[in-house]
Amino acid sequence: MDVSAERKASDGSATMGKARQAFTERMSCSGTGAGGMAGCTPHAVSADLTSEIWEKVKNHPCYSEEAHHHYARMHVAVAPVCNIQCNYCNRKYDCANESRPGVVSEKLSPEQAADKVLAVASTIPQLTVLGIAGPGDPLANPAKTFKTFELVNKVAPDIKLCLSTNGLALLDHVDAIAKCNVNHVTITINAIDPHVGARIYPWIFYKHKRHVGIDAAKILIERQLQGLGVLAARDILCKINSVMIPGINDRHLVEVNKEVKARGAFLHNIMPLISSPEHGTVFGLNGQRGPTAWELKTLQDSCEGEMKMMRHCRQCRADAVGLLGDDRRAEFTTERIAALGHKYDVEARKAYQARVENVRHAKVAATRRQLAELADCADAVKVLVAVATKGSALINEHFGHAKEFQIYELSATGAKIVDHRPVQLYCGGGYAEEDRLPTIIRAINDCHAVFVARIGGCPKAELIKAGIEPVDEYAHAFIEKSAIAWFKRYLDRVKTGEIKHVERGEAATAHASIISAA
Amino acid sequence: MPFKIVASQCTGCSACEQECPNVAISEKGGIFVVDPKKCTECIGYFDEPQCVAVCPVDNTCVLDMARPRYAS
Ligand code: SF4
Ligand code: SF4
Ligand code: SF4
Repeated sequence: MDVSAERKASDGSATMGKARQAFTERMSCSGTGAGGMAGCTPHAVSADLTSEIWEKVKNHPCYSEEAHHHYARMHVAVAPVCNIQCNYCNRKYDCANESRPGVVSEKLSPEQAADKVLAVASTIPQLTVLGIAGPGDPLANPAKTFKTFELVNKVAPDIKLCLSTNGLALLDHVDAIAKCNVNHVTITINAIDPHVGARIYPWIFYKHKRHVGIDAAKILIERQLQGLGVLAARDILCKINSVMIPGINDRHLVEVNKEVKARGAFLHNIMPLISSPEHGTVFGLNGQRGPTAWELKTLQDSCEGEMKMMRHCRQCRADAVGLLGDDRRAEFTTERIAALGHKYDVEARKAYQARVENVRHAKVAATRRQLAELADCADAVKVLVAVATKGSALINEHFGHAKEFQIYELSATGAKIVDHRPVQLYCGGGYAEEDRLPTIIRAINDCHAVFVARIGGCPKAELIKAGIEPVDEYAHAFIEKSAIAWFKRYLDRVKTGEIKHVERGEAATAHASIISAA
Repeated sequence: MPFKIVASQCTGCSACEQECPNVAISEKGGIFVVDPKKCTECIGYFDEPQCVAVCPVDNTCVLDMARPRYAS
């Protein structure tokens, strides 16, 4: 789909650095209500900008890993045109079972899109965010994109707007973006060195010309970084997406991370390349592999300095609907929307969201209490655990029904989400039941335990054999609190010699292994 | 020769329609077609035929050999 970036004038980077740091602190004590800072250390409140940023992101599932448990987003596919070509994208095929950027089943007009937003928001009160991400580049379709935002602003003014772009046309549309109140922009930046970029982008269409090779990459990168700078200077939040392509930009992404940090990006999201010959992409056809789960995590860890890294991204389709990881788009096709007949009740939505805020408070408080108990074990041990969840930050999914597992890293500092592993085929069928269990075990092989609401006896035994402890005693409890409680017991058992702490092996490439099994 | 679109390869993205300086391209029932009477091969506007330059699928916007070259 798209790839883009924007740039931040270096004179503003000092203040942005501070704001970002404050933001990070704020995120780590997220769950505070509107404007409230209950329980947070006072220094986090220092700058006004901080509260502003918190207001902007607290209900956004993509920007706050904590919010993504509770709030939903939707994408509308109003932007078919693209102005560059990426080697990981093929806009020719549309597979209804496929979940990756650039893929979409139904193209909508701005009017149809606004209707769809109304219908979804009336049905799913957690919906707080509307994004336009494709299937092409939103800013290569400026008329449709901004018309959609304008209509949605009118009919559902409480919904936040965001857009993802490759950044080539960003500088041309900064005013329109600000005018529509778009406060989140995602720019995909895969390289800042044109020699690296040329291996990812075969061409761009710019100023009525097709540019190829280094020349194309150079223009694109310059425009992306400039765009980032201008948006950041205008206080529009910018997240950077990068696709990790082993052997091409994997090591280079550390440089990209430094550069976008300096230019004012507030989040950096490194995603694995999804590549398989069936996709018909250049990378798929030439056998370019995606990163292993371990390679991805190592890179993300090495970039996680003062800047927030995003680990929960699901690389949603351009027409995704619902909570991250639970796509409900099939419920909202054009015909069904027409049949739905909807009324938009802002008050009901507010009441629902207030209840969600209460749950978030309770969760944060519970986690903090649990964490206090960990305080005395100054252990350096870190383990990964897998969690089956349907959302709301609860362990509430049956092992056998889980479409994906969220991966948390547990250490003396608490529980941190670091990955999610899909365990279902994108294109179902041909996947025998008896093959399912080994596939799941391979996908979470780096974990010490798996937390589930329920689990059958047979998979339980298989998991234990593989060295992964199945844990069902925290069914329907908060994930972080439970994980920390389990971790404390784990450390205690290690201390008393009841069990021995061993490092786990590597997991199979989560995304690629599943696709190639298709 | 005007350009034509190889329908079997077209993704229907509409990029060419948006770029054509002569409004020669339009969608008819989900299929994008060039009106040969309107296409000037972009002569008089741009150095490159815009539909060719922007199309994501190579060899999809091609010269229609069955017709004479455009003469201004
Ligand atoms: S692609 Fe990533 S950033 Fe976009 S909506 Fe999905 S999870 Fe959020
Ligand atoms: S060559 Fe130029 S004038 Fe002819 S159809 Fe393509 S864009 Fe239009
Ligand atoms: S640009 Fe190419 S793929 Fe897109 S509509 Fe035109 S001919 Fe079809």
